[in-house]
Amino acid sequence: MNFVAGIAGAAIILFARFITAVRAVWQGIEPVQRQRVYFANHVSHGDFILLWTVLPDRMRRRTRPVAGADYWLKSPLRRFIGRDVFNAVLIDRNRESRTDDPIAQMAEALDSGASLIVFPEGTRNETDARLLPFKSGIYHLAKARPEVDLVPVWIDNLNRVMPKGEFVPVPLICTVTFGAPLHVGADEAKDAFIARAEQALLALSPDTRSNTQ
Amino acid sequence: MTAPHPDLIMLLAGLAAILVVASVAGFLLQRRLSPDGSSAVIENLNDRIKAWWVMIVLMGIALLFGRIGVVLLFGFASFAALREFVTLTDTRRGDHWAVAAAFFVVLPYQYYLIFIDWYGMYSIFIPVYAFLLLPIVAALRGDTDRFLVRVAEVQWALMICVFCVSHVPALLTLQIPGFEGRNLLLIAFLVVVVQSSDVLQYVWGKLLGRTKIAPHLSPSKTVEGFIGGAASATLLGAALSWMTPFTPIQAGALSLVIVLMGFFGGLVMSAIKRDRGVKDWGHLIAGHGGFIDRLDSVIFSAPIFFHLVRYWWSAT
Repeated sequence: MNFVAGIAGAAIILFARFITAVRAVWQGIEPVQRQRVYFANHVSHGDFILLWTVLPDRMRRRTRPVAGADYWLKSPLRRFIGRDVFNAVLIDRNRESRTDDPIAQMAEALDSGASLIVFPEGTRNETDARLLPFKSGIYHLAKARPEVDLVPVWIDNLNRVMPKGEFVPVPLICTVTFGAPLHVGADEAKDAFIARAEQALLALSPDTRSNTQ
Repeated sequence: MTAPHPDLIMLLAGLAAILVVASVAGFLLQRRLSPDGSSAVIENLNDRIKAWWVMIVLMGIALLFGRIGVVLLFGFASFAALREFVTLTDTRRGDHWAVAAAFFVVLPYQYYLIFIDWYGMYSIFIPVYAFLLLPIVAALRGDTDRFLVRVAEVQWALMICVFCVSHVPALLTLQIPGFEGRNLLLIAFLVVVVQSSDVLQYVWGKLLGRTKIAPHLSPSKTVEGFIGGAASATLLGAALSWMTPFTPIQAGALSLVIVLMGFFGGLVMSAIKRDRGVKDWGHLIAGHGGFIDRLDSVIFSAPIFFHLVRYWWSAT
């Protein structure tokens, strides 16, 4: 299974590069092996694939996306891709029915040495707004493991590659921009930290950059 | 796979020899003037030399495999160029199907037509059929906002990145009496003249460049660089007449046309980049910007070169 998963992973990376010629822009940090939580904007199912693709090989093997169990356990194929290929940390998004605490699951994955990819908007952004308001999970995770770098990552153009409701991707060049890491202050309030994290992510979007130039 | 023509092997060996000299010179310059990578000009020069190595190796491999190799190579070049072009356009959701059709139907079919040598179809497929059908696909989606601009962008992307580029492998289909089996040399001639014109203009411009030709479009282009580069590339083309069906004078005249079209094509492509507010089309090749940045001179010269040769020299 591991071998098949390796092949499938390589095929997914090749396909992602073929369609998007994706390029990493390391703006605030260097691509070095350090434990990190990457938090990114979320417009498509391809988001974490692109982020995962641009990470150097060694870092990629230790980086796990955090994803909704409801989506990734639905069919055997999704289960294979989610669990075996991406080694995702699957969390239950339903507050009422869940038995595991997502923050505890993520902290546990961090404690075992993994880096994480999270989408603090909580769901795919299908609106015209550039970013949906963040859920509070990112704050609780930052509080639970304050020493880990929180790295904002802006994924650009993927919404044009595959707009909502389309099933054929159009080849377009995408970029993945990594910003400077954040840490929660010792007595920083939840809302203040979340606003700061949103600003840090928005600042990486090319629209913001071209407006300020 | 047939044995490549001896002239072709000589040409590739000659280019490799020139690149070896360039690589050594680049290495020495870097050691003396920019050991810590601080001189942008020298770093850029070395990146360019590396990219030329990649290009000549790719060309060599494709040429060894004959027509199928060349068609596939330029098919992928078209794909990469189209991907860069469409990225910079204003296309949106309403164009999704038209753009997808451009990539996955029009592009492969155009190269298939070249491969099976159906001149009557590949010379009109994009200007007529794709021209009429793609706006219909876009109109069916019902989004009329900036419709003409969006449709025109897709048309231009296809003409530039697919139609024009596909005229390079189309040179293989020409039937020139007394030149059978050597058509690959026409491609080599076109590419060598275009590329050396770019390099020579760069060199002459660095040596003597004073007067800017188009300060708004392309600040690095100078009158001195253009004249020196065009004249020396024309002479080089005339000197390469041994590998073509042309006399030295004809080869020189065709080279001049190639060089002029390449130069003005470069200006047009710069104007598009300015309009879109970017410096390079992409970042695929270190030191060269995107694919289109390397192809832009070939894009404008290939169809004209093709039709001139077809009209005056081809039997069909």
